[in-house]
Amino acid sequence: MKKTVFFGALAVAGMAAGVAAAGTLDDVKARGKLNCGVSTGLVGFAAPDANGNWEGFDVGVCRAVAAAVLGDPTAVEFVPTTGKTRFTALASGEVDMLARNTTWTFTRDVDLKFEFVGINYYDGQGFMAPKSLGVTSAKELDGATICIQTGTTTELNLADFFRANNMSYEPVPIETNAEAQQQYLAGACDVLTTDASGLAATRASFENPQDHIILPEIISKEPLGPLVRHGDQQWGDLVRWTLNALISAEELGITSANIDELAKGTKNPEINRILGTEGDLGGMLGLDKQWAYRAIKAGGNYGELFEKNIGENTPIGLARGLNAQWKDGGLIYSPPFR
Amino acid sequence: MSSMTDTPRQPFRLSMLIYDSRYRSITIQVVALIGFIAGVAWIVNNTIQNLATLGKSPDFGFLLEPAGYDINQRLIEYHSQMTHARAAFVGLLNTLLVAVAGCVLATIIGVFVGILRLSKNWLIGRLMTVYVEAQRNVPVLLWIVFLMAIVSEIPPRPADFRSGEAQMLFDSIAVTNRGIYIPEPLFANSLGDVTVLKGVLKDSFYFSISLDLIVLLAVFLGGLVISGLIKRRADRIQEATGERPTTWYLRLGIVFLPTLAVLYMLGFHLGYPVLKGFNFTGGIHLRNSFVALWIALSLYTAAFIAEIVRAGIMAISRGQTEAAAALGLRGGKIMSLVILPQALRIIIPPLISQYLNLTKNTSLAIAVGYMDITGTLGGITLNQTGRELECLLLLMLIYLTISLSISSVMNWYNERVKLTER
Ligand SMILES: N[C@@H](CCC(=O)N[C@@H](CS)C(=O)NCC(=O)O)C(=O)O
Repeated sequence: MKKTVFFGALAVAGMAAGVAAAGTLDDVKARGKLNCGVSTGLVGFAAPDANGNWEGFDVGVCRAVAAAVLGDPTAVEFVPTTGKTRFTALASGEVDMLARNTTWTFTRDVDLKFEFVGINYYDGQGFMAPKSLGVTSAKELDGATICIQTGTTTELNLADFFRANNMSYEPVPIETNAEAQQQYLAGACDVLTTDASGLAATRASFENPQDHIILPEIISKEPLGPLVRHGDQQWGDLVRWTLNALISAEELGITSANIDELAKGTKNPEINRILGTEGDLGGMLGLDKQWAYRAIKAGGNYGELFEKNIGENTPIGLARGLNAQWKDGGLIYSPPFR
Repeated sequence: MSSMTDTPRQPFRLSMLIYDSRYRSITIQVVALIGFIAGVAWIVNNTIQNLATLGKSPDFGFLLEPAGYDINQRLIEYHSQMTHARAAFVGLLNTLLVAVAGCVLATIIGVFVGILRLSKNWLIGRLMTVYVEAQRNVPVLLWIVFLMAIVSEIPPRPADFRSGEAQMLFDSIAVTNRGIYIPEPLFANSLGDVTVLKGVLKDSFYFSISLDLIVLLAVFLGGLVISGLIKRRADRIQEATGERPTTWYLRLGIVFLPTLAVLYMLGFHLGYPVLKGFNFTGGIHLRNSFVALWIALSLYTAAFIAEIVRAGIMAISRGQTEAAAALGLRGGKIMSLVILPQALRIIIPPLISQYLNLTKNTSLAIAVGYMDITGTLGGITLNQTGRELECLLLLMLIYLTISLSISSVMNWYNERVKLTER
């Protein structure tokens, strides 16, 4: 008798562990909130404003997904993660997705068992130094003390770069961007290195940004994008196509300003398919027809998110560059909605 | 008992396992043990299976892959193309370095503070109380972070030394906001190193031992042994004749002269740090992270050791002090010859656990970016490879081994100084 109870308990516990692996969409719906892993604070990408509301380019992706799934762009629980904790947070199910300046690499995709749903920012690793240091090129950094965030691709690229150029350096491992900034400004390191976008964002928050230069060398490719766990294709598709909807929206001229007008129906069948007036793409994702409408409406299309958070008219001042639409000579390109 | 012999011996029946009090306790223990083992097996099995469904069955092969990252503080050769196991080894040595340095400093401070707390001088006594309470009642992590802030915010930058705004101490020590640079011992006619374990497991565990150091230690220890023999001879003469030959200059000479001679022959000199490029080079670089961690852990643990020492001393009855005083011993001698040796017996067991605490607390290194074993194996390696389970298991095993080694050494010492009771 006791035996059966014991083994019964075992079986139940075993099953519960098995079920948790799939069905992220149902979990999110049941919870009524999307758990989105973001950085601990990188102005322009993900940082809380004065009122504690998260804002930024990566935050915009989280909000779009929440709007698509739950109909409410504010139904997001932002979970700040460091370079080190982000993958554990995602793998353990603490967050449903990560949108945290994360580089798509082979090992993260294949060995760590994650699925990158696309690229929302084409980046590369750069160096920032105080102008007073008198350095103009990364090749002059032999013997320098360099602040790096641990658990990132940055620290691996850095090791490769210095090795390839036969230079030595002193790494100062650091947990978060805020700490890196403080150490750099205190002069505990000569140079700060991370993704060039991150450097621009960090510099923008300095009191005297003009006292610091970003060195011309970009030493790596850092395609940054949102990611989910392996093994839940439905959820992966949903996040992927939400991002694609934002990108296609820019390409097709759907903006947060004209979207209500366009949602009444247009002559362009692709716009109609995206906005749900034609076909039922949403149904195939397990959502309703208006999913993409809500996602775009939440914070605008890809271009709007870019301009509002990190574009040239913000203190961060990033040019579109590689991140322009393919039609404008950039790499941003969404597969067709068909 | 008598009833057992009275009743005829019954043949063993299965029900006796439960109803017979002779067997029952064994039965219960066996059942409990089986249950425990089954529980553990289930948890392990479940974990392995769940990891397997994630496609991550436990595999330690990554340890022999190139690590890919650099480590600033290395006691042995290391570069980013060496293996993860090598990086872990570098981290382990860094852990042992702060642990040992911490235990030594904590013991010295602890003994002083513990004795001073008993001082009849009101001010000194109170000051020590404040120190002990301040350390004991604030989490050590805060002390570490606080010290890190001090050592990285207050001292001048290396660039300030170039512009002349800051000066080196005695032209040989540079205190900067990136750490302290001190002179290093160098040997002009060095004997070289012996390298062991080269080529084993993709060069993961090789290290070099300086022959200079071995020779120096051997000569110095030899001197100590001979000096001990001289002392014994003096004791013997004193017992026999009542007069003690003066031997201190002989003993001093035996201990230090050969060592100095060897130092001279090896061409011993100091290498001073010099400002070159962005940083000081040469000399020994005590990084901020090391200094902050070392001092914070030492001060913190010293507070507990002080209390242990104080308790140990107070446990020795006043009669001992009075008797020693009656024999004509002075205060300092009473402490070092009569009180401390007895107090030691009380002090050592709790001291062991303080050493263990300090060693385990070194894992807080992560807060200041000190690259100990938690920072390498449990930090960057874990993160870059995604092998949480493997890394954490190894890490626990390593800390367990370190802790058990410390307690067995200390227990052995404790056995030796224990009062042999009759
Ligand atoms: N793209 C790199 C680096 C990511 C990274 O850590 N970036 C920094 C600066 S761009 C960041 O987001 N810091 C924010 C934080 O510390 O929370 C990676 O995926 O490993």
